Amino acid sequence: MDLNMLWYLVPSVIMFVAGVYGFVTRKNMIALLISLELMLNSADLNFVIFNRFLYPGSMEGMVFTLFAIAIAAAETAIAIAIIVNIYRKLHSTEIDEVDKMKY
Amino acid sequence: MGYSQFGAMIPELIILGIFLVVFVADVFSRDGSAKKFLTPMTTVLFGLGTIAIWLLPSCEVSVFGGMYVNDTASMAIKAILNIGVFIVLLQSAHWVESDEVAIRKGEFYELLLVTLFGMYLMISARHFLLFVIGLEAASLPLAALVAFNKKHYESNEAAIKYILTAVFSSAILLMGLSFVYAFSGSLYYSDIYANITSGKMSGLLIVAMAFMIAGIGFKLSLVPFHLWTADVYQGAPTAITSYLSVISKGATAFAFFIIFVQAFGQIYPDCWEWMLYAVIIATITVGNLFAIRQKNLKRFMAFSSISQAGYIMLGAMTSSTMGLGSMMYYIFVYIVSNLGAFAVITSIENKTGKVSMDDYDGLHKTNPWLSFAMTLAMFSLAGIPPFAGFFSKFLIFTSATSTGSMPLYILVLIALINTIISLYYYLLVVKAIWINPGEAKVEAFKSNAGERAALWICVAGIVLFGLVPYIYEYCYNAALIPGPGQ
Repeated sequence: MDLNMLWYLVPSVIMFVAGVYGFVTRKNMIALLISLELMLNSADLNFVIFNRFLYPGSMEGMVFTLFAIAIAAAETAIAIAIIVNIYRKLHSTEIDEVDKMKY
Repeated sequence: MGYSQFGAMIPELIILGIFLVVFVADVFSRDGSAKKFLTPMTTVLFGLGTIAIWLLPSCEVSVFGGMYVNDTASMAIKAILNIGVFIVLLQSAHWVESDEVAIRKGEFYELLLVTLFGMYLMISARHFLLFVIGLEAASLPLAALVAFNKKHYESNEAAIKYILTAVFSSAILLMGLSFVYAFSGSLYYSDIYANITSGKMSGLLIVAMAFMIAGIGFKLSLVPFHLWTADVYQGAPTAITSYLSVISKGATAFAFFIIFVQAFGQIYPDCWEWMLYAVIIATITVGNLFAIRQKNLKRFMAFSSISQAGYIMLGAMTSSTMGLGSMMYYIFVYIVSNLGAFAVITSIENKTGKVSMDDYDGLHKTNPWLSFAMTLAMFSLAGIPPFAGFFSKFLIFTSATSTGSMPLYILVLIALINTIISLYYYLLVVKAIWINPGEAKVEAFKSNAGERAALWICVAGIVLFGLVPYIYEYCYNAALIPGPGQ
């Protein structure tokens, strides 16, 4: 069987869509963060796939991915810290409870 | 390739140097009394840095294989943003000394400087890796700053809303970028410009462009992506709100312009133009209509800043040097007008804790000077002739119609109608201050030195920027350099 680019791109797109779906439907803030991680990772995966199959002569996509992973880790760290703060105030991590400010 | 290349990044090095001094001073002075010097030290250092950046000879520098370019336009926008940050430092000087925050004021300054550093990188980036790093370095510390009042629940709620939408938008931006990479094989703006031509138009490229507009539009709070703005502005500490509304917006708007002139200039007529067209109309209109019904002044300023972002992006419609020049001028004027309004809001909130528009009834009886400054700021934001806001709106409309195409005239007409709508809600504040009957709800007080200095700078800017042609000439001359595809 010939493994072409499509075999890698389809899972990546499924990950992205699953991430968006999870971000819209999930109620728990940690689950929202996991959905965001899925989206970021699918973008990283895309970079690696395109680099490997379309431009094998260079490393630009892979280097970009390394930086993107580091950035994603920083984002998660800050978001978790804020969620901990909210948990101390509300004793809950449900996103529905964070609705004091509206419209 | 040597370390000498870092020496070319002078504005970044200045900010980094100030950051390191503040950081070391903060870490090595743990006892409470010794930290008294931190606020004046940071303000003075930053003021000196601002002057240094203004006085630097503008020469075009390109290092790291062209990833980082410092041309005259980038230098000019950095100098403009620096003035804005200096005003923010002045008006927050009193707030950071309050009991709740004083112990952490070092962190406040450090995070603020790191954010500015990220914005500098974003402005100077000519490669998408550097752009993404700059964007994240600008938006992640801001989330921590939004949560700075951690004992107040609203601050945390604003922060979680900000970080979740910021990460969501970065993910969408990265996804769009990965498709752009698939099309061009490189992430240099110049390579993308050469490789992505209108002959390559396809559905996937349009999706990639839409993803990129969405990702950057989140940071700029353009309309379909603006929902976080009002909540974050309301919940964040007022100093951070003013920072978010002008500095972060100005830097992103400039970077946006550079990206789509220098990287996607060739496909601009095919897909960017109508996307931007629709987004600008929606931004100006929705921002204005929602601003009318706001009672909380910070939310009010949030929606006003959304519609102002639409006006800023009008400068990007023609993607000419005149467009860039008037955009930079608009950002400059917007910085002084908006920070003027925020300086009044901050000083009243610090003294009394009141941010509702009803509390401003009859303010002129007790605080005539604050009322006067607020009125000038509102007139300037609305664009009433003798003040700077009129000239910036005039120039940005002129640049948008300079090509003479019919759709752009219609766009400017819609923007003009919206200016009239905006006059209504800006004047609501003025009416509350001068005309509404009843006793004044805010007692007379003397705002402290930092806030007063910030107000004086802003008022001087509002009055003088429109009348002194040097400012516009400065912006326009600085904008001459980055042509398409450079």
